[in-house]
Amino acid sequence: MSEIALEVRNIVKRFPGVLANDHVNFVLRKGEVHALLGENGAGKTTLMNIIYGLYRPDEGEIYVDGQKVTIDSPHDAIRLGIGMVHQHFMLVPVFTVAENLILGAEPTKGWSLDLKAAREAVRRLSAQYGLEVEPDAVVEDLPVGVQQRVEILKALYREAKILVLDEPTAVLTPQEVEELFVIMRQLTQRGVSIIFITHKLKEVLAIADHITVMRRGKVVGTTTPAETDEAGLAAMMVGRQVVLQVEKTPAKPGEVVLEVENLEVEDERGLPAVDGVSFEVREGEILGIAGVQGNGQTELVEAITGLRHIRNGHIRLGGQEAPERAPRYLIEHGMGHIPEDRQKHGLVLSYTIADNLVLCTYYQPPFARGLQRNQAAIVENAERLVNQFDVRTPSIFTTAGSLSGGNQQKVIVAREFSRPLKLLVANQPTRGLDVGSIEYIHKRIIQMRDQGVAVLLVSAELDEIMSLADRIAVMYRGKIVAVVEAGQVSKEELGLLMAGSGIEKARAG
Amino acid sequence: MAEPAKRTSGWPNVRRFVRSIAVPLGAVALALIIGAVIIELSGASALKAYEALAQGAFGNARGWQRTLEKSTPLIFSGLAVAFAFKAGLFNIGAQGQLLFGAITAAWVGFAVHGLPPGIHAAVALTAGAIAGGLYGAIPGALKTYTGAHEVITTIMLNYVAMGFTDYLANGPLKDTSPGNIVARTPKILPSATLPTWHWLPFGFVLAVAAAAITWWILRRTTLGFEIRTVGQNPHAARYAGMKVARTVILTMVLSALLAGIGGAVETQGVVKRYEPGFNANLGFDGITVALLGKTDPFGVIPAAMLLGAMRAGSNQMQFKAHVAQEITDVVQALMLFFVAADMIVRWLLRMRQAEEGEKITLSTGWGAQ
Amino acid sequence: MNKPASFANWKLFWKRWGVGLSVAGVIIAAIAYYYARSPQATEAVLASTLRQSVPLVLGALCGLLGERAAVINIGIEGQMLMAAFVGFLVNVYTGNLLLGVLAGIAVGALLGLLLAFMSVTLKIDQIIGGTVINILAIGLTGYFYKVGLSGHGKLNAIPLGPLAKIPLLGPVLFNNPPITYTAIILVFVVHYVLFYTPWGLRTRAVGEHPRAADTLGINVYLVRYVNVVVGGALAGLAGAYLSLEAVGSFERLMTNGRGFVALAVMIFGKWTPLGSWGAALLFGFASAIQTQLQFGGKVNIPPQFIGMLPYLLTIIVLAGFVGRARPPAADGIPYEKEG
Repeated sequence: MSEIALEVRNIVKRFPGVLANDHVNFVLRKGEVHALLGENGAGKTTLMNIIYGLYRPDEGEIYVDGQKVTIDSPHDAIRLGIGMVHQHFMLVPVFTVAENLILGAEPTKGWSLDLKAAREAVRRLSAQYGLEVEPDAVVEDLPVGVQQRVEILKALYREAKILVLDEPTAVLTPQEVEELFVIMRQLTQRGVSIIFITHKLKEVLAIADHITVMRRGKVVGTTTPAETDEAGLAAMMVGRQVVLQVEKTPAKPGEVVLEVENLEVEDERGLPAVDGVSFEVREGEILGIAGVQGNGQTELVEAITGLRHIRNGHIRLGGQEAPERAPRYLIEHGMGHIPEDRQKHGLVLSYTIADNLVLCTYYQPPFARGLQRNQAAIVENAERLVNQFDVRTPSIFTTAGSLSGGNQQKVIVAREFSRPLKLLVANQPTRGLDVGSIEYIHKRIIQMRDQGVAVLLVSAELDEIMSLADRIAVMYRGKIVAVVEAGQVSKEELGLLMAGSGIEKARAG
Repeated sequence: MAEPAKRTSGWPNVRRFVRSIAVPLGAVALALIIGAVIIELSGASALKAYEALAQGAFGNARGWQRTLEKSTPLIFSGLAVAFAFKAGLFNIGAQGQLLFGAITAAWVGFAVHGLPPGIHAAVALTAGAIAGGLYGAIPGALKTYTGAHEVITTIMLNYVAMGFTDYLANGPLKDTSPGNIVARTPKILPSATLPTWHWLPFGFVLAVAAAAITWWILRRTTLGFEIRTVGQNPHAARYAGMKVARTVILTMVLSALLAGIGGAVETQGVVKRYEPGFNANLGFDGITVALLGKTDPFGVIPAAMLLGAMRAGSNQMQFKAHVAQEITDVVQALMLFFVAADMIVRWLLRMRQAEEGEKITLSTGWGAQ
Repeated sequence: MNKPASFANWKLFWKRWGVGLSVAGVIIAAIAYYYARSPQATEAVLASTLRQSVPLVLGALCGLLGERAAVINIGIEGQMLMAAFVGFLVNVYTGNLLLGVLAGIAVGALLGLLLAFMSVTLKIDQIIGGTVINILAIGLTGYFYKVGLSGHGKLNAIPLGPLAKIPLLGPVLFNNPPITYTAIILVFVVHYVLFYTPWGLRTRAVGEHPRAADTLGINVYLVRYVNVVVGGALAGLAGAYLSLEAVGSFERLMTNGRGFVALAVMIFGKWTPLGSWGAALLFGFASAIQTQLQFGGKVNIPPQFIGMLPYLLTIIVLAGFVGRARPPAADGIPYEKEG
């Protein structure tokens, strides 16, 4: 028996145009939590997908328990005792917990599924590892924290000795994160080795035994929490000392631009997602909406930007009641929108950059002359904006789909900022972007504010909210639970508010 | 990485054009080869059959005229399918829309008296277009307001249209002249017919013009931009303030309008009355034409002419080479298969995979938006 | 289980089955009423309902097997047509009905394989893939069909002993030809496989969240292939029913849109075998009534309008019920493996 649970040597994985893993070495010891730290796109998930058999490495070797292995499919990985909890849960939403647990390794009685045995397995594993779940609950009805437990149980049911957790904390409240850490500790005490993938420095320092940092497909180094601190890790991760603080002057709020009153909005299933929300955003200020994902932010933004039916309440833009579900009215009255999902809403990926840059204004002069489109004006507009917003592209006739995420976002920002704006709604404007693009987009948003635009910023990243917003509204289960001045509240207090505790409690705790 | 668009030099565009027609041509060649095998297997000579086919289609002025006449409704139904396709809609209902266009044109053609020749023809044509268009509004509205998938509703409406036109031709609009026992309308008045100059039918000229207008709408107008955006990414279209529901219905209406004109042209130019059962498969043929023409309005014309020539020459083929006319349906189905399965053709031609371009997805569940 | 819980169970039971039970009650009452008034006509309509529902329910089973694994099959019509034709030809040349049926099943499965190849391996748009099959079937059957071929008989009713003598139920349920019996059995077999076996669990997982299934070591492509091919075999059986059991010969385009109606039946049946059977019986009833109306001569409606009935019903069902039930989440989307 060796002390090393898993080792990868010189792993190389190329994607068209990208070297996702560049001679990566990594050692996981038995019974430890090993954090794999890096920015989005650093190659962490690629490495884990290789270990789990979803990708095949172009070069390199993998050792499990000291034995050289080839992992061609998840099947191989499961056989070798490797389990993975993906960033996006791999659960069938309409199945019960028990059905999800046994899928692919079903106990049978004759030709039939033995669901009784499945339920017992859920109960047995729940008791053994202290992971409380109801076997007959339908997964889509469970809170994300519990869904995550189901994912972990799935791996344990397959007798995983090595557990990969890919960004497990992204969807959790700070309190749920604490619970997850307790579970992780219990697992390691029972001999499970854990690879913990994240880009959050504090969490790494709180839980990891070892930390491996990746940057641009390479391993930068391995360290321990005792040997380093946040600043040190940040420097390793980004490659230079980063200024985490965005420079900005105090806000000079003017007239009210956006007024939301008693807003009620439903989600796809007809359940209340936004439940009596009221707030206002003024000229020249940034209102940040903080909250754990899935607390109604998406529905709130879609209602404000005219994409979703309003059940009750009012939305006023510049003092005028905005007609429901009329994005064009809003756009013509000075609203800009950086959508949450840039590939779904923000761009037509098969269109050229030039066409994407006139997506909202194609019917107005100079881009249209009568019924016809004015190609010359569209081209001129594209050339100017690509320059002005530093979109890195071989040509304005390149399709948006072939741009990097950062450049795609720049195209959206360029398009939205090229109109005279009164209100900017930005939902997760920097999700999944590299540090350079994040800095750039932050700077542009501050610039807009300083020009007197009212900005509504929604983000699940507390750091982003805290460094950009002038006021912060915290959303929890469809309600605004508190509105606070930025700078007068700590991250911990915000965390508690996001978990549903009142402000007094937050102050006291 | 995407290749930068080279707008300045002409050569890459020529190469791109050649590459873009390579797959349809390969598909046609493969289909003809397999068709030949089937003919040989059934004991006839493929070479003789194809020769007779070509003779019948292009051997003389009569042949050319027949080919163009057969191509005309195919161009219209192909345009109808291609146009709807750009908005992500699969209009299999060209058949029914065409029937309504045809019978309406016939009715205006024989029942309205006293109009000067050109005007009468134009009025009948317009009436046919409107009838087809309105019939296309039904699946469009059903799709937007109830989520019923247009593939099934248009097919069902084809059957309904067949029943309804059959009823009209057997009942209220039946040719009551003595001696007639079959279901058909009276002959249209000479003032409502479309002329043929030597071997060139006027309807074919209309079809080419319709292709040009369709191209202009799709590529040059803001409406076309809306239609294409809805087809490529309805979420982004809604985000950008386009009215997706209205665009879907309008697209269906315009698509059906084209099919309706196809029916009217066939009635006024060729059949001169309405008879049930003429060109029974034009709706499905439109799909083949559209895909063979890469859903490009100008691609539709050669594709329709190819199929039209097969129709025009098939009589000759049956007569001279004793091969059943229906072999053209088989070859046509094979063409569609190879165009759709373009990976097979690309592999045979040793071509690179499809370049990135506008791609339409039709099958995303039943009405889940 | 304690008392309040069992009370709650009753409530749950009613919530789940209440509507179904009420509808069943009304239907039984109506049948009893009409049977009392005119036994022959009632028997004829009900027997006809069951038989008309056979190709629809088989087609719907074909459709739902595919869609439960996320492959939309719009080519059922073509699969049926081709199977009806080949089954008929085999009967013509061998004189054997069973061989004909088996040939029909094989042809359906083969076209299923073609559809799976197009939509799973080549990742062609599934609607276009199915359309290719439809057009191919129309072309091939048209080309090879020769007028004047005559088959050797058709599958006859097999009365199930004393059961067939029960009034009303006997002639309707227990005096049917073999494919009709088989179709009823298949409804329950597919229901069992889909909801009570590992294969069914995997199929549904592949239709809802293929990547999740993939990460658990399930071969998504294999599951899709098998389901589409088996579905094709069922559509083939439906085709064989048309040419060898219902009519006893082949006619051009004899499927008459049943393959598409079957898809509406599947949607109406919420992608479940039992639900589809109920929906198929409703459509079967519409066709049976249509025959009665045409030959009963009591109402003065042009025959063409009566003939539209099933198609209009399909449109109404689609317009009213799409969106009420949730299709499998990944329906129609080709699966791309990562890496």
